[in-house]
Amino acid sequence: MTTSNKAEWPLWEVFIRSKAGLDHKHAGSLHAADAEMAIENARDVYTRRMEGVSIWVVESKYIHASDPGESESLYDPANDKVYRHPTFYNLPDELKHM
Amino acid sequence: MSQTTDLIKYTLQIADNALVLGHRLSEWCGHGPILEQDIAITNIALDHLGQARSLYQYAAELFNNLPLVEKNDLFASAVLQQKINAEEPLDEDDLAYLRDGWDFRNVQLVEQPNKDWAYTVARSFFYDSFNFHFYTALQNSADKTLAAIAEKSLKEVAYHLRWSSEWVVRLGDGTAESHERMQTAINDYWMYTGELVTMSEADTAALNTGNGVAATALKQKWDEQVNAVLQEATLARPEDGWMQQGGKDGRHTEHLGYILAELQFMQRAYPNMEW
Repeated sequence: MTTSNKAEWPLWEVFIRSKAGLDHKHAGSLHAADAEMAIENARDVYTRRMEGVSIWVVESKYIHASDPGESESLYDPANDKVYRHPTFYNLPDELKHM
Repeated sequence: MSQTTDLIKYTLQIADNALVLGHRLSEWCGHGPILEQDIAITNIALDHLGQARSLYQYAAELFNNLPLVEKNDLFASAVLQQKINAEEPLDEDDLAYLRDGWDFRNVQLVEQPNKDWAYTVARSFFYDSFNFHFYTALQNSADKTLAAIAEKSLKEVAYHLRWSSEWVVRLGDGTAESHERMQTAINDYWMYTGELVTMSEADTAALNTGNGVAATALKQKWDEQVNAVLQEATLARPEDGWMQQGGKDGRHTEHLGYILAELQFMQRAYPNMEW
């Protein structure tokens, strides 16, 4: 196999669910020829120490990301909007666990 | 020969297969065709090593309870003889590191060289196709320890079979070059597959006591497994011609000596060394 052929194996993003009930979390990425191999590679690379009970893989090219250059206009405006947090309600005394 | 001696031989057959194949696969560590497969094949190598350890521990336990005269008959290896005559007990490491080639009972298939990825895959595929059905049947062994080891190992072996089968299909039904190389590997290692399903003396003895599995009865399952994968891989099944035999009785190809030289060097040169 030549170097250029190796480069043709696409990159996959791996998401692992650590145990039943919790979300799949991004664990990392790896190369594989297809989805089946990507799941098996993920099993071997990311669940060797009992990290997971479920694996999702998605080809990296299908992930669309926000532009870091736009972070000011996207995220900074939330800075002074404290009223978006539900912290302005008076709770009845009987409520103990909020 | 007592029933226990037969059981030790039988246990060593299984253990030696695991150790020798595990060692062969571990030779890929750091040399895999791609990082992810390097990790995959090293994981599998460690699975085999783990199975070998459980089996050697059991064989050593059985061995240490034998009367001295039977101990003396079991191994020809000089260093083991010294230990036995000094009335020292044996452990798993002694069985792995201090036995000479003629005391190893693995099938000749597993000692064959890696050569390239296709040969490595072919060898594992032939062995895994056997091992899966073997451990499935061994779960019903009258011997509780062997049954328990089989049950634990089966999960690992199921994955090994899946891994090697997929690679046979991937290469067989891949490019013209990968197809040709996979077919060549299948053809070249075919003559080592017959021994898997041929009964040795230890196999027969273990079967008669209910401890073992009828290797010959696995032939049909092995055929079905192998035929289905070869067909999917667009590969031709070689003719069942001359089959090599002898590994289970300690007669090996020239490759085993080199494996043991590397595997055993440290303990032979620096006895009882730990790190």
